[in-house]
Amino acid sequence: MIVVENVYYTYPNGVEALKGVSLRIKDGEFVAIMGENGAGKTTLVLHLNGLLKPTKGRVLVDGVDTREVSVAQLSRKVGLVFQNPDSQFFCSTVEEEIAFALKNFGFSQEVIEKRITWALNLMNLKQYRHRSPFTLSGGEKKRVALAAVLAWDPQILILDEPTIGQDYRQKEKLRQFILQLNSQGRTVIIVTHDVEFVADCVPAPRVVLMAGGRVIADGDAEEVLTNPELVKKASLIQPQISQVFQELADLGLPRNVLNVYEARRIILERWRGR
Amino acid sequence: MSIFEGFVFRRIDTPIHRLDPRVKFLYTLVTLVLAILFNEFLALFVLFVGQLPLIWVARVQRSWARTMKGSLALVLLIFFTNLLTRWAYAGFRLHPVYLEESLAMTLRFLILVESFSIFSLTTSPDDLSLAMEQAGIPYWFCFAFTTSIRLMPAIARDAQTIVNAQRSRGLELERGNFLTRIKNYIPILVPLIVTTIRRSLELAEAMESRAWGATEKRTSLTQLEMGKTDYIATVFLLILLALAIYIRVSTRIPNLTSLIL
Repeated sequence: MIVVENVYYTYPNGVEALKGVSLRIKDGEFVAIMGENGAGKTTLVLHLNGLLKPTKGRVLVDGVDTREVSVAQLSRKVGLVFQNPDSQFFCSTVEEEIAFALKNFGFSQEVIEKRITWALNLMNLKQYRHRSPFTLSGGEKKRVALAAVLAWDPQILILDEPTIGQDYRQKEKLRQFILQLNSQGRTVIIVTHDVEFVADCVPAPRVVLMAGGRVIADGDAEEVLTNPELVKKASLIQPQISQVFQELADLGLPRNVLNVYEARRIILERWRGR
Repeated sequence: MSIFEGFVFRRIDTPIHRLDPRVKFLYTLVTLVLAILFNEFLALFVLFVGQLPLIWVARVQRSWARTMKGSLALVLLIFFTNLLTRWAYAGFRLHPVYLEESLAMTLRFLILVESFSIFSLTTSPDDLSLAMEQAGIPYWFCFAFTTSIRLMPAIARDAQTIVNAQRSRGLELERGNFLTRIKNYIPILVPLIVTTIRRSLELAEAMESRAWGATEKRTSLTQLEMGKTDYIATVFLLILLALAIYIRVSTRIPNLTSLIL
């Protein structure tokens, strides 16, 4: 469980990025942290594996204050996948890239071998095992970065802007994959401003909306993302399906519809009812 | 990375910021010459303290202090290297004079950082480029120069992200003996170099698609002109230089140790 208690964070250059954030994320939860650029989303997740320490307040991961343990120790539990895969590749093959963290965490050679194969199969990257990560396409690079984190099997997985630069099909695969990881009992936290991506997740995640370094809403996606005021405050746009249902509310249709599947069900019900 | 912070220009309006960049360059040059001209602690101390008011007038104390803090490691290195070599040279004996001389060498370095920091904190890269162009330096060179200054904060940011990414993968920079620690930086340096090269290629493409270098003779919207204050400052700097050379040649500056003991 992650507990964020009234956390303030000021960067060395004086910018106050977090202004009193409190949050509680239970084991096995699926959470989307959303909001505009500069809302403090990335700053918040950098606190969860101890890369940043709160200026005021505290962060507890499974009861341990992040100030008291090293980033390496915390990362073993909290896997963070960065937005830009180019900020981490330095090896000459994909295989070595995945092995890097495993070596740092002290896995035996035998286990490392197994984990690499497992992670490559999982992310459908088997054929790239001996290729240089720099020669891969954008989407493939993102998958390698994800495989490199999944390889050590962290209980909590954080993905920073996983959908940026991905085509629609890759996004769809990524969504299924995230949901699968979550259904296996892992805590999954995604940082994103891709409203449609979140809306189409079934089951829908808990949404934490951020603006100006504060949490402005925290609840089920059906409630938060279909609330025009909240969404506007966070400089987002409602999912298209939700917009349609908002427009049709005077026909007696519910306002809190997020995705196509739900919309289809409701429309069919009405259709058959008449 | 904090040493870079003290070199990043911010646009504010002070007498120092308004000075012509060429005058400020002359100032940096004069300080450099003076710092090399003298190696006595007293003279260098005066030179160091004499520049301090400029920092307050230019209202850049905070960034300047950050640069000074950032250069602390180098300062200590210079001081102790000097002290150790003097000590070893004198047959492993210590004398207060060595301490003073080492302090003087350290101060010399600080003066250079100080004046360069004042220059870059108060001169916009655009003005600098303009000054270089008007001095007849080819435009491609001016552009490359100012771009490299401008990209420094961006590269520092990239470096921070890379450090974060690798630490999240269990990299511990402060672990192991000296050699391991150097090796620890490979996972930081490789992505940093790759991103920086990629960034400059992108910049080159973007510039070319905006017709960079389409005409030989480039015109400029603004022209630099020397005002009254600029001339006064120039004359003042030249007098200062002449005076310093005169003092160097005519008098002997005592060292502090002999004054005290």
